[in-house]
Amino acid sequence: MRATVLVRPKPGILDPQGEAVGSALGHLGFEVHDARVGKVIDLDVDATDAAAAKAQVEQMCERLLANPLIESYEVEIVG
Amino acid sequence: MITYPGSQDDRDALWALAALDAEAVTVWHEERELPDLDAVVLPGGFSYGDYLRCGAIARFSPATSAVSEFAEAGGLVLGICNGFQILCEADLLPGVLLRNESLRFVCRDVRLTVERDDLPFTRRCTAGRQLVLPVKHGDGRYLPPPDLDPAQVVLRYLDNPNGSVEKIAGVCNEAGNVMGLMPHPEHAVDPLLGSDDGALLLASLVDAARERVLAAA
Repeated sequence: MRATVLVRPKPGILDPQGEAVGSALGHLGFEVHDARVGKVIDLDVDATDAAAAKAQVEQMCERLLANPLIESYEVEIVG
Repeated sequence: MITYPGSQDDRDALWALAALDAEAVTVWHEERELPDLDAVVLPGGFSYGDYLRCGAIARFSPATSAVSEFAEAGGLVLGICNGFQILCEADLLPGVLLRNESLRFVCRDVRLTVERDDLPFTRRCTAGRQLVLPVKHGDGRYLPPPDLDPAQVVLRYLDNPNGSVEKIAGVCNEAGNVMGLMPHPEHAVDPLLGSDDGALLLASLVDAARERVLAAA
C-alpha cells in the first residue's frame, strides 16, 4: 500500500528556510504572508488494509520520520 | 571514539586525546558491543549524509545503542557537533539542533562562557571562564525542550553564531555524565591551531575517566 507522510515544522518553531522562500516569492511579486517548508515522504508498505497501513506508518513517524519536539506529521494512505 | 559513515573529525579527536595522554581507539558504528572503555566520544561530521535530520539515522546504529547502555550505566559520553546532534536524537540529551538561523554554514572561532565547572567535562575550567573554540556547522541552532533545567546548560556563546535559544552552545543530561556541544574542542588543543582551550575540556574528560578507573581498581 502506498502512503504519503507530510512532515511540517510545528507552529512557533522558527523556520528560516520558510522565511527565505517567502521573501523570494515576495521578490517575484507574489504577496505571501507566511511560508513554511516541510517535507514529503512517500512509502510503499506491506499491510492488509488501510487502517493497518496507517497504524504502521504512524509508528514510523513517531520513531524516525518526525521529531515530535519540532515537527508534526500527517499520514495519508493513497491505496 | 565511534566512527559512523560520514564522520570526519574522528581522527582529529583521536589525535587530540592521544596528545592528552589518553589511550583512544575507534569503534566502527556496526559494533554491537563496546570494548572495555572508560569514556565515549561521538565525533563531528555528517553521519549518513545528515539525511532526514542530523543524527536521525546514526541514532539507530548498533554502536549508538551500545553507547546508550553505557550512558545509562553512568558512563561518560561526550558528543561534539554531529555527535551532539546524535545524542539529542537518541534522547540521551534534551532538545534538538536545527538549521542555522542565517541559513549559512558558519566556520570560525567563537567565544564561549563556561556555565558549570563541576562536570567531568569542565572540571579544569572555572565557571565564568571564557573559551575560544572553532565552530563549523550548518545545523547548530539549539532548541531546548520547554522544561529544560537551566542547570543543564554547560556552555553559552558570547556572540550567537547560529541563533541558538538562550545562546546555548553545550548541554548535559540531568545526571551530568553525558554532554554535547557544537564547538570543536578537538580542533583547539595546541596554540599553533589558534587556541588550546579545547584541551581544558578534553583533559577534564581524560582526568575524570582516569579517576574512575583508579577508584574502581
